[in-house]
Amino acid sequence: MRMRTLAPVQEVPLIFERSRSGKRAYDVPPLDVPPVDLEAAVGKDRLRRKAPLLPEVSEPELVRHYTALSTRNYGVDTGFYPLGSCTMKYNPKVHETIARLEGFRDVHPLAPEETVQGALEVMYRLQEALKAITGMDEVSLAPAAGSHGELVGLKIIAAYFRSRGERRTKVVVPDSAHGTNPASAAMAGFQAVSIPSDERGSVDLEALKAALDEHVAALMLTNPNTLGLFETDIVEIVRAVHDVGALVYYDGANLNAILGKSRPGDMGFDVVHVNVHKTFSTPHGGGGPGAGPVGVKAHLAPFLPVPIVRAVREHALERDGDGDAAERAVRYRLDTDLPRSIGRVRGFAGSFGVLLRAYAYIRSLGAEGLRRVAEDAVLAANYVMHRLKDVYALPYDRICKHEFVLSGRRQKAYGVRTSDIAKRLMDYGFHPPTIYFPLIVDEALMIEPTETESKETLDAFIEAMRAIAKEAEENPHLVRSAPHTTPVGRLDEALAARQPVLVYRPSAD
Amino acid sequence: MEFPAGLKYSKEHEWVRVDGTKAYIGITDFAQDELGDIVYVELPEVGAELVAGESFGSVESVKTVSELYAPVSGKVVEVNGRLADEPELVNRAPYADGWMIVVEMRDPAELEALLDAEGYRAHVAE
Repeated sequence: MRMRTLAPVQEVPLIFERSRSGKRAYDVPPLDVPPVDLEAAVGKDRLRRKAPLLPEVSEPELVRHYTALSTRNYGVDTGFYPLGSCTMKYNPKVHETIARLEGFRDVHPLAPEETVQGALEVMYRLQEALKAITGMDEVSLAPAAGSHGELVGLKIIAAYFRSRGERRTKVVVPDSAHGTNPASAAMAGFQAVSIPSDERGSVDLEALKAALDEHVAALMLTNPNTLGLFETDIVEIVRAVHDVGALVYYDGANLNAILGKSRPGDMGFDVVHVNVHKTFSTPHGGGGPGAGPVGVKAHLAPFLPVPIVRAVREHALERDGDGDAAERAVRYRLDTDLPRSIGRVRGFAGSFGVLLRAYAYIRSLGAEGLRRVAEDAVLAANYVMHRLKDVYALPYDRICKHEFVLSGRRQKAYGVRTSDIAKRLMDYGFHPPTIYFPLIVDEALMIEPTETESKETLDAFIEAMRAIAKEAEENPHLVRSAPHTTPVGRLDEALAARQPVLVYRPSAD
Repeated sequence: MEFPAGLKYSKEHEWVRVDGTKAYIGITDFAQDELGDIVYVELPEVGAELVAGESFGSVESVKTVSELYAPVSGKVVEVNGRLADEPELVNRAPYADGWMIVVEMRDPAELEALLDAEGYRAHVAE
């Protein structure tokens, strides 16, 4: 096994430490508008008396500083990133070309609708595509992220029960769920109730039925679940929830596994959110901008957040029998007139640039391509799982979907923990998988290769994981003290969490 | 790993030290070892009423956030204030300085449902 060798690492000073008084990277142009008296405009008591502490550097120093930092980054463009539950698939570069087209790039959120018909058409068509993919009746593109989609979905559910005069206080969540599920339920004003998984790693139907009553508003479910296992009892699960008048929420985080194969709408789900940065290859970004469209069945459509993009047929337009003319006769508009809507959840029309990339992905692959995404993602996960299960414990040994969960419990006997294995993987040039999640697996290692990796990459990862298992046995100290080749070694995570230093303060000298 | 005799243990990894009608409560050595470095402990306020089996707080480690479950019912009469600034006490001395709360027990008979040291040792060995 060849280890990744890195150039000797030089300490990168803080931009503040490079600062010298009087240096500038930018010249403010001469004032060409009438000056404003600040004191009069904002009030003397609101003016700051001291200039803010900002670094002063020249332009080349500025560029070199951030360029140096950028080379320390690790992303899907630098290497394999099997972070389970996050679907770190490659982001095709053609999307960036499309997103930079003037007509998309330069639209203003307040531009009159008739001047941005193309952009609105993209959004409309994306709504239609997501309806077809998820099997839902209506979609809102407004939510800004997956977790935001969860909150919006739960607020829709709350609004639905309010409209019926029902007071339901509980949301049921399996113990294998994404942590955002109970958090979103609490944020939306519900009490989250956890139910255990059965020995196959699936929803325990009896435990579910025992938790269901007329106080339950919804069950939140991911299918396949966080163990990467398909909930084969899904029809019965949905029926049990509907039988007590509650609704079923689909967490779309794992949609990649079933694209073009099965649809949450057909399984009976009432609400769905979609993570476009997972399933539809938009950048995960540094925390945004993102998008988490929400789809609902017809009975929940009146409560969707606004705006919804509608296509209006302009019958007033002359038709000359030409098919194209009829096409041009469709006008797209942002509909904000939903009297029972939960309201606006984000400014303007959502994260357009991200939605555009998702649409580009869906159109460039088409129905057949999306089906192959699911097939290849599932194939890759099963291949890696089968080649690792003799050296790492596999608590739920079933054919998996897009991801699988190993346990580091065998390595624990040598004093090596899952976090050590994860750190050691960095020495082999791979981003570690998700660890210690889901909570129902001891020393969990959650691996999701995605469909975008070659067999050669998967094999290299497998060999690294096997080599680490061997090291854990023969030289546990090497693994426990990893990483050894990264710009910084083992960080004190506990100290960082207990006493975080978040603001730069110049030293006294 | 320590399993002091004389303490009572819950299957959710809390220990109880009985002092008259009062119960000192913390998490076990096994629990702190599993959690790893603890960075935050969320505890109830003095006066809170606990119900056996229900959550009374949470422990956050670098790995995960875990709920704390009340091993007995009763009113919280004391809280370990040191844990706010020194959560590492739970790692360092789970049965001593890392104690979490003291409860005035409502029904000492609830103690009978808890495990003794040997029973708990067998439980975590499963």
